[in-house]
Amino acid sequence: MAKQEIMTLNVGPHHPSTHGVLRLIVELDGEVVLKITPDIGFLHRGIEKLSESKKYIQVLPLTDRMDYMSSGTNNLAYILAVEKLLGIEVPPRARFIRTIMAEITRINSHLLGIGSAAGDCGAVSMLLYSLREREGCLDLFDETTGGRMMLTYYRPGGVANDLLPGFEQRLNAFLDKFPKKLDEYETLLKKNRIWLKRQVGIGYVSREDAIALGLTGPVARGSGIDKDIRRDEPYEAYDEVEINVPLQTGCDAYSRWLIRMEEMRESVNILRQLIAKIPDGPYINREAAKYVYPDKDRVKDSMEALIHHFKLVVDGLAPPKGEVYSSIEGPKGEIGFYIVSDGSSKPYRLRVRPSCFVNLQSIMTMAPGNLMADIVAIVGSLDIVLGEIDR
Amino acid sequence: MTVNWNRQNFSGEDPEQHPAVVALRKNAGTPLVGVGIFRGEVTAVLSPEHSIEALTLLRDDPGLVFDMLADVTAVHWPQREGAEFDVIYHLYSLSNKMRFRVKVPLAEGQEIRSVVGVWTTAGWLEREVFDMFGIHFAGHPDQRRILNPEGFDGHPLRKEFPVQGRVRW
Repeated sequence: MAKQEIMTLNVGPHHPSTHGVLRLIVELDGEVVLKITPDIGFLHRGIEKLSESKKYIQVLPLTDRMDYMSSGTNNLAYILAVEKLLGIEVPPRARFIRTIMAEITRINSHLLGIGSAAGDCGAVSMLLYSLREREGCLDLFDETTGGRMMLTYYRPGGVANDLLPGFEQRLNAFLDKFPKKLDEYETLLKKNRIWLKRQVGIGYVSREDAIALGLTGPVARGSGIDKDIRRDEPYEAYDEVEINVPLQTGCDAYSRWLIRMEEMRESVNILRQLIAKIPDGPYINREAAKYVYPDKDRVKDSMEALIHHFKLVVDGLAPPKGEVYSSIEGPKGEIGFYIVSDGSSKPYRLRVRPSCFVNLQSIMTMAPGNLMADIVAIVGSLDIVLGEIDR
Repeated sequence: MTVNWNRQNFSGEDPEQHPAVVALRKNAGTPLVGVGIFRGEVTAVLSPEHSIEALTLLRDDPGLVFDMLADVTAVHWPQREGAEFDVIYHLYSLSNKMRFRVKVPLAEGQEIRSVVGVWTTAGWLEREVFDMFGIHFAGHPDQRRILNPEGFDGHPLRKEFPVQGRVRW
């Protein structure tokens, strides 16, 4: 009888297919995975601890740096939690602008998600194509917010500045071009035999397991869980548009890939509806003067505006005592913020409900039984960003 | 202008009306220490002796079905003698699209029973709470540090831990 030996293999943390600094300790029997133990924390920057010593508005740039592919939705989740704590209202135009930015963020994040997943499996041209299309999203961010990846564009009560003239035309031009590119990607991969071999049946997680594991986002919808916070608990302008939530029941990496492709098409639909409906009006709620910076021109000749400006810069906004949890549908799943306020201008406790952290935990259920080479495909299909896992 | 943040499925003013609170009150084995409401979010406060029974009840009650554990976290209150920590569970019901918060106050060094048997999600979330606050979860299958390295001194999210850290790296 042949002697059976189990080999322990260390993958990462510096490995291109681990999407950052993820270390995996894999126990192998031949090529078959018996057990997998992720080791995380290499990118831990203590964002939760750091926010306790910063004013509410200073925490906003930190949230960009968690999931750097989807800063538009991280910011939104944080700002919604702060607004809930403050209890202030947002003008309709600002809600539409924010929703538009959040949907472009979703396309941006999914493009990199499918691109890098395909690149890891050897289809490197797919990665290059998706990075090319992503430039379109980044250009729209650039002209509106001044940043290509770190937006820091929303403020409590609205957004930092209005859309530039001609934004609609440029967004429409992108939306006209983009679905054709998605068709191209599908001709490349959807029925590609190599791609199917690498994806179908890989990383299986049943619907029951997915619920128990608390999976959210495309990973959950790939396992047939009909959950989308945009539709179920509409925030911002999502209650004014029609949203179709794509569902797949394959429970494998291929289903998650299909979901991401369908979601990008759906985002195009949502963006078209939003840009057609966007109302005129103020882009920030200046009436909430205790919480929102006054118009810069008014500071020069209005005493109250000057006082409010001074107080906001020196003291910062101070919400009432209380605790809120607010979550939104980020590109990778439910991203939420739990903030405890003690009435001062700094959060007493700020907790990020990370989507990738919870989703990555499921790799311990998904991987055993698959081949070592499939680990790369599974990590790609989970679409994780270590910046958000480690915070 | 419309209010953007109030999107809870529970629209009442009185937390006692929340179906989850009603269910917990009805059950003799899960006495509530208190209930609260802020911005439409209902919180139930439970003692650590009854927390796991209450959470299992919230998951299994056919009218509630909180089948997803959205988050487990903690808050450190060093001034609160005898209840220095709050362990906080955020629950979500897929079928009812409802959210609910359960808070369990703990004393320094007191253990709480792990909910890994109720929701598998809790595995890593409780490890993070252990790592950051030093709260022990009895019955956790793999209680190790998760974000900080093995052998790290202290628990960073406790209030006495300095922001800049204790060691120069």
